[in-house]
Amino acid sequence: MSQEPLVEIRDLNFAYDTRTILSGINITIPRGKVVAIMGSSGCGKTTTLRLIGGQLKPTSGEVKVAGQVVHEMDAKQLYSLRRRMGMLFQFGALFTDMSVFDNIAFQMREHTDLTEPMIRDLVLMKLHAVGLRGAHNLMPAELSGGMARRVALARAIALDPMLIMYDEPFAGLDPISLAIVGELIRRLNDALGASSIVVTHDVQESLKIVDYVYFVSEGRVVAEGTAEEIKNSKTSYVHQFVWGEADGPVPFHYPSQKSFSEQLMDNAVR
Amino acid sequence: MKILQTLQGLGNLVTRRIFRLGFAARFFVAIFLQSGTAFRRINLTLREIYFSGVLSLIIILVSGLFVGMVLGLQGYDTLQRYGSTEALGVLVALSLVRELGPVVAALLFASRAGSAITAEIGLMKATEQLSAMEMMAVNPIARVVAPRFWGGVVSMPLLAALFSAMGVLGGYLVGVQLIGVDEGSFWAQMQASVDFQKDILNGVIKSFVFGIIISWVAVFEGFDADPTAEGVSRATTRTVVTSSLAILAADFILTAFMFAGA
Amino acid sequence: MTRTSIDLWVGFFVALGLAALLFMALKVGNLASANSGETYVIEAKFDNIGGLKVRAPVKSAGVVVGRVSEIRFDPEMYQAVVKMQLDARYHFPRDTFATINTSGLLGEQYIGFEAGGDTDMLVAGDVVKKTQSAVVLEKLISQFMFNKASEDTSSSKTQ
Repeated sequence: MSQEPLVEIRDLNFAYDTRTILSGINITIPRGKVVAIMGSSGCGKTTTLRLIGGQLKPTSGEVKVAGQVVHEMDAKQLYSLRRRMGMLFQFGALFTDMSVFDNIAFQMREHTDLTEPMIRDLVLMKLHAVGLRGAHNLMPAELSGGMARRVALARAIALDPMLIMYDEPFAGLDPISLAIVGELIRRLNDALGASSIVVTHDVQESLKIVDYVYFVSEGRVVAEGTAEEIKNSKTSYVHQFVWGEADGPVPFHYPSQKSFSEQLMDNAVR
Repeated sequence: MKILQTLQGLGNLVTRRIFRLGFAARFFVAIFLQSGTAFRRINLTLREIYFSGVLSLIIILVSGLFVGMVLGLQGYDTLQRYGSTEALGVLVALSLVRELGPVVAALLFASRAGSAITAEIGLMKATEQLSAMEMMAVNPIARVVAPRFWGGVVSMPLLAALFSAMGVLGGYLVGVQLIGVDEGSFWAQMQASVDFQKDILNGVIKSFVFGIIISWVAVFEGFDADPTAEGVSRATTRTVVTSSLAILAADFILTAFMFAGA
Repeated sequence: MTRTSIDLWVGFFVALGLAALLFMALKVGNLASANSGETYVIEAKFDNIGGLKVRAPVKSAGVVVGRVSEIRFDPEMYQAVVKMQLDARYHFPRDTFATINTSGLLGEQYIGFEAGGDTDMLVAGDVVKKTQSAVVLEKLISQFMFNKASEDTSSSKTQ
């Protein structure tokens, strides 16, 4: 395997109309590593994943995956790139009209000429890897939140991708499921020899499993380092985030045009 | 200032509508371009014919029967004043085959199947299933939208034909069996006046066009829905309202083309 | 719902729909009685065709023997020229009398053939010589009124 990193994000800017989401992001994902992108809600983490997956086009700058610039690809190249990517969506995004089995078999049936018996073996293997081989006949509606997340994980790795992206894999899980999913992310990454990007705001769980962390706030990378470095970081924002303090550099109040007393005055006058 | 704001709002509304119309037209073309999968893997489309066609059977058959029975009663009441009750068959058959069959079946289809298609696609969008599909290198228009579109287009003419047939049967039951119009003249007059090409074929063409309209509106509204619970419910309502209005407008235009000259 | 049972239901649905179409074509419509076989075309000229329409039936002794295929206006003779497609199985004498009739008081108009006694038969392209125009209701009424009026005046003279 070459030493060139799998994903390189250089000077990335992105804006919806006039609303700037990302400005000047630089992120490198080395091969074989699990990298976390952390930040408070709405800071542009999910947008970053969509830019890597080519679902959005950057305003300026570029995203390179395996040496190719994503936004310069045509539809065909993009689709062939996406076949080598797996993505776990925020709430699983399982296809609700298909059983667990068909959800995982989906990509195999769409993209390969494998025979049904081979697909069956592969699907059961993937399900076994996430510990849900017994659940292959269930419908997504019958699964608990944690199980659904694991099924979605199995679906994300269905075609043995080189890059797995996790969008908030820990959101809304109980502590046990959370630990299981965290463990799986690490194990699957190492077993498949893939690289992983975990977008999350769950600091404690992700710091246990990741190799490297980027902190994003208001569309900028404000801190980066290994898990150890982050824990001991003196940067006030990172400190506030890691230790979960209500007030700090991230203000408790959403910025308002007027001061509170002015607003009270307005109401009184009216 | 108030006037200026109102004007601005109105202008915005109009531009938004035109943008949406443009997007809808582009979407329509995209469906056709991406229809390969829907035909190559016919099982996908068969599934949708099942959901929109087979599951609409009951409502279509029952309403068709009742509409035909009402036509029988009302038609008899009017015709007997002119002493021409044997024309009851003509009246029932022509009104069903030309107008009521295609139009009423289409309105029922829009609210039964069209709204379901919109809600399903809208929810798939809201729960990121469409996005997930895209990330799996599967085009959601090809995999989700096109089969539903073609399922609706195939189902609609069949349902309209069934509606008309049931209606004629209903008119027969009331007119001949219940009231006692002469059976021979009921059928004979009907056959003499209903033309295969002019009436029946035009009715089928109408229902085919309505099928395209409903399916197009339904998949578009679902695909364009705001990905929230409120957005999906609004899109579902819009599907029923828009496609109903479009059906009636298209019916007028088609009727003008088909029957005005003759 | 398994794949095969969906196939079964969809097959059932499509068959039902096609059966409905067939029912309409044969039982409701006139596809079965439509000109299924060979036809030949003859013409007839009328002074007034009233409300006759293209595809109106041509009947002889009450049986449909053909249909009106074209109606146009002859600008030289100021007459209506009606082309009719007749069933090739039926032949009519050259002196056949063509009239425009109405079924019922307000019903559709059709062309009625009353066969003459000629031994020569009409062939394709021939023109029916003896025709009677449509009865126009207004004319009939005014004629009736006029007759009544003249009757009245004549009767008053005699008195």
